[in-house]
Amino acid sequence: MHDPLSAAELEALRLSLDVASRSVALSLPLAVLAAWVLTRARFPGRMLLDAFVHLPLVLPPVAVGYTLLLLFGARGPLGGWLHRHFGIELAFTTAGAALATAVMTFPLMVRAIRLSLETVDRGLEQAARTLGASALDRFVSITLPLMLPGILAGALTAFAAGLGEFGAVITFASNIPGVTRTLPLALYTAMQSPGGDALALRLAVLSFALGLIGLLAAELLVRRVRFYLGR
Amino acid sequence: MLEVSVLKTRPAFRLEATFAAATPGVIALFGRSGSGKTTLVNLISGLLRADRAEIRCDGEVLADTRAGTAVPVERRRIGYVFQDARLFPHLSVAGNLRYGEKRARWPAVIGFEEVVGLLGLDALLARKPRELSGGERARVALGRALLSQPRLLLLDEPLASLDLARREEVLPYLEALIERLSIPMVYVSHQFDEVLRLATHLVLLEAGRVLAQGPVQQMCLRPELQSIVGPDQVGAVLEGVVTDFDPRHGSAQLAVGSGSVQLSVREATIGAPMRLQLLARDVILATAPVAGLSVRNSLAGTVLTIRDDDYGAVLVSCDVGGATVLARITQDARHTLKLRTGDAVWALIKAVATRGHAFPLAPRV
Repeated sequence: MHDPLSAAELEALRLSLDVASRSVALSLPLAVLAAWVLTRARFPGRMLLDAFVHLPLVLPPVAVGYTLLLLFGARGPLGGWLHRHFGIELAFTTAGAALATAVMTFPLMVRAIRLSLETVDRGLEQAARTLGASALDRFVSITLPLMLPGILAGALTAFAAGLGEFGAVITFASNIPGVTRTLPLALYTAMQSPGGDALALRLAVLSFALGLIGLLAAELLVRRVRFYLGR
Repeated sequence: MLEVSVLKTRPAFRLEATFAAATPGVIALFGRSGSGKTTLVNLISGLLRADRAEIRCDGEVLADTRAGTAVPVERRRIGYVFQDARLFPHLSVAGNLRYGEKRARWPAVIGFEEVVGLLGLDALLARKPRELSGGERARVALGRALLSQPRLLLLDEPLASLDLARREEVLPYLEALIERLSIPMVYVSHQFDEVLRLATHLVLLEAGRVLAQGPVQQMCLRPELQSIVGPDQVGAVLEGVVTDFDPRHGSAQLAVGSGSVQLSVREATIGAPMRLQLLARDVILATAPVAGLSVRNSLAGTVLTIRDDDYGAVLVSCDVGGATVLARITQDARHTLKLRTGDAVWALIKAVATRGHAFPLAPRV
């Protein structure tokens, strides 16, 4: 078959892209904050926070999705509050799929950002300080630009991984066509349907291609930014 | 006036230093590595928190822990030139220079164009720090600190990472700055020739304490300094005004005290102040005037002190017309000449022995 993608495939692709980009937008600021706190701040309970941030890496995704359901479900403490005050519903919505994806890819992102923050020479921040820059000013004008390769790498890796998040999404946001049926969910559905083999194969190939493009793009972009930053 | 009194204790190290020096001027912090020079500048800058600190610059209190005041680093208005330059890699040279200028919340003392001109940075402005040589990096770091419009400039071995040729390339820029600007500077170095070229005041540090301090000329006569610089660098520093210069023969006359010294130099300006170092090992003493020697200077004087140095020889200081010179002679020579304090002597100084040691004077207060 040499047709372009079918409508269902296109929808799954669009949804995957939508969910992944929303999840990156949601988690990026928090990941930068978490990376900064874990690298620079010294406080009791830092190790616990560190472990907590990395928890989604080792937990079964289904457990994460289930926890999100308990917290953010219509009757959950956070979900109920969000619905009452902001009219936001997360469970079984695209936004919910993005939240589940964000939680799952958060450790990946924090790790990449942290690595780059650790390479930022604190002597440069000291120099900025003697030149009259306040703490926030130093962070924005020196630390953040120098972390940019890590932030980009983290965001792109998380985006690529987010395209294919399965367990947490299906548990928390279910498998609703056009709402939460992303590429991996569509692939799973196709595999379960009689005669869906061809579709499943096409979706698998598509997933491969997307993942590869994402990782290559991340590497190339990071290299360019590094060069621009003078390293 | 810069007045500093600080205390910092760490598990394996204790720094307690008090010094005061006239401003503007170049205050050299000199001592072996590990003596606490960098710690001391970090305490002055505020980057390192002192256990006790009293720092005043030209009457303004920068820190007084007893009164519970310490101006934060970013508002201390102290420029800091780090040993490793610490240029921001993501900014161009111009961006680095403007960084402090943009953030200066006080009236400008020196402008962008002037700094670029003084330090010869014109051709570098668009470059990134990684495209600069070590000497260029040092110059940019200097310019960046100057443009933050500091009341005081700290220089922590800014030339230490450079080889000899590169140092010679940057030093004239530093000298020009010192001559043109009246910003007080604290200059950390363990290169004695750098100190002699730039400093007006010398603070000698040893194991976290101030061993001695004072004007450079006087400090050169102190045994504490002599033992640190070693027998080959011990010498007197003479300051005077050029009264004559013959560019064809490369010789100049320098009025020192009530006398005059002929020296061998490539460049000199009549009427300009000069500083020259006379190494003690290059000075010959005679108990009677001598003739028929190639030596150009025979300065009549009297013996002030005679002291065994730490290396088996004898250091004799002599007053020659109001200036003091040092001569390093053997024990044998001392006994043969029967030298005693108050004796009349002639100090014989080869004009070429002063070559390369003639330094323009730092501005004096």
